[in-house]
Amino acid sequence: METILAPLASGLIEAFQPINLAMLIIGCVAGLMVGALPGLGSVNGVAILLPVTFLVPPNTAIIFLAAIYYGAMYGGAISSITLGIPGASTAVATVFDGRPLAMQGKAELALVGAALASFIGGTVSIVLFTIFAPPLAEWALQFGPPEQFALMVMAFATFIGLGGDDVPKTIFSILIGLVLATVGLDVVTGNPRLIFFDLPGFYHGVNFLVLAIGIYGIGEMLWTLEETTGAAPVVHKIHPTLRSLLHNAAIVLRYTWRTVMTSLLGFFVGVLPAAGATPGSLMAYGLSKSFSKDPDSYGKGNPAGVMAPESANNAASTGSMLPMLTLGIPGSPTTAILLGGMIIWGLRPGPLLFTEHPDFVWGLIGSLYIANVFTVIINLAFIPLFVRILTIRFTILAPVIFTLCIVGGYAPEQNLHDVWLMLLFGVSAYLLRKLNYPVAPAVLAIVLGPLAEAYLRQSLITSRGDPSIFFTRPISLTCMLIALALICFPIVAALRRSRRVPEGMGEGAKEWQG
Amino acid sequence: MTVRTAELLAAILLALASISFMVKASENYILWVPLRGPGAGAWPFWLSLGMLLTCLWNIFRWFRGLTPESRSNETFMSSGAVYIVGVSVASLFLLILGSAYIGIYFSLILFLFFFIRIIGKNGMLTSVMLSIFLPIGLFLFFEWALRIPLPKGISEPLFYPIYRIIY
Repeated sequence: METILAPLASGLIEAFQPINLAMLIIGCVAGLMVGALPGLGSVNGVAILLPVTFLVPPNTAIIFLAAIYYGAMYGGAISSITLGIPGASTAVATVFDGRPLAMQGKAELALVGAALASFIGGTVSIVLFTIFAPPLAEWALQFGPPEQFALMVMAFATFIGLGGDDVPKTIFSILIGLVLATVGLDVVTGNPRLIFFDLPGFYHGVNFLVLAIGIYGIGEMLWTLEETTGAAPVVHKIHPTLRSLLHNAAIVLRYTWRTVMTSLLGFFVGVLPAAGATPGSLMAYGLSKSFSKDPDSYGKGNPAGVMAPESANNAASTGSMLPMLTLGIPGSPTTAILLGGMIIWGLRPGPLLFTEHPDFVWGLIGSLYIANVFTVIINLAFIPLFVRILTIRFTILAPVIFTLCIVGGYAPEQNLHDVWLMLLFGVSAYLLRKLNYPVAPAVLAIVLGPLAEAYLRQSLITSRGDPSIFFTRPISLTCMLIALALICFPIVAALRRSRRVPEGMGEGAKEWQG
Repeated sequence: MTVRTAELLAAILLALASISFMVKASENYILWVPLRGPGAGAWPFWLSLGMLLTCLWNIFRWFRGLTPESRSNETFMSSGAVYIVGVSVASLFLLILGSAYIGIYFSLILFLFFFIRIIGKNGMLTSVMLSIFLPIGLFLFFEWALRIPLPKGISEPLFYPIYRIIY
């Protein structure tokens, strides 16, 4: 226990440094705003605002981005309840009971319930994170290149097996992300690869940020402009007082234990790559309903129906950081961008982070505790302000976000070539999304691609070209077998379905946020 | 264009892109190089082949009508969507093009005013304020705080007096 408490205390001290605390609060507010706006989620906020972090040291940068991630998970509930439109895919399940509560004039009860549930989910998950992260990182230290490569294959396979998207389109998305990661000079031979039209801009490769901002900034804005036609939504307004907040808090705290259960579920679902906060929140809603003595009230305005998904999506967001920090495998598209940011800041993600950069890791963990407290306070104190933000017309918001995307895409390499690529990726992502191509796997792949290739080559050189190296070592064999099962399961299921009579189009839009 | 046509068109275009990746990757060794390991082109080549196979899989499914998109005769993009997305993409294109020639700050002023006032039909005060103060804010953040110069094209000499103050 001492091995955890001592570094945690130093992490809290690190997080309380004035600059870190200031960036944490700014991040929480920015995250709440981003999360509250329909169509924008944590991944968009983190992708668009990552270039801002070039101003500050890596410790502060990760604290800022993690606070955005955290805040966005809280903020998603605001538009789900007051508009009936999820602020992000992670808050879809919040609409089920949040909107009926708002229609009954109990929007404040739903918002307080969502905020306190998020706080409980955050607290439970951060404690679990603190307990599990150090031993997992220590265990992962025995991983060599074959184990690392097998682990990455497993991460990609989870997108195919658990992502719930179209299988060939998911595989395509992963592969194009991996291919884009190879553009530029080969690190082993120095040979140029995939230099199209001899454009010099390709020699420095395709920065993951260009793809991420293209997809989650420009592509997302184009999608939202089409969906909203630029108009301002009609918002269900509320006027809370301290007395009403306390009254509502007393009501929702009756569901504390059930919320702890759904938080636990959310955390463990969040740890799985490709699963993440959206399925976690939906599963938590189902779990809460099945444990309820009054399941029929769900969907008609039961506060527990708001609290379950909100606690789970917060817990899942922390859970998805566990494999990112300990194994170097992101658990969600947002953590994939955080991981890419770590590479830009000169850090090597993986278990060695705990030994080589303990101040970075424990500073982040410490900041999660603080961000959790600050976000719930800011959320409850400024509910009317966040509700007001929702009234901003998209024809004002969109050009501002486009501007941040263009400038953010230019800043890392200071090359207009990247900005052109970003526009190309954004438009392509928008069009492919309309055809149900998942884009989150491409972002994960472009971040992990260079590492995956390096581990594959190191492994094959060690074995003199014998691929059986991945199947003769226990950990890599286990990962490969799990990956194989994850890939085969949906393919077999799809083949079985294809033998049946085709039915009409009825599937909803696929996950964009992951 | 229907969703069904768009699905096929996308699969064909992505298949062609995959082939072009394979061709470019094969400019390097794509097999095992004795004593050196996999050739520099091996990883992108075989991944691109995988991309091509998934595209062929999609085309096969299109012919068999196995996916919802391959059976849908709905319009791929409504006229309203074509308008707002088309205008947005065209204005972004001109913004980037303008950044190379007249500089990003002046291009941004034009882009923001066009989008907020003309496309969005928002108030003149909001449009002018945002069009002027957002580029100024970006200048202060990137050029002054971060020391990252943004492209200025032919407008560069106009910034010399400001450089003398901030640097």
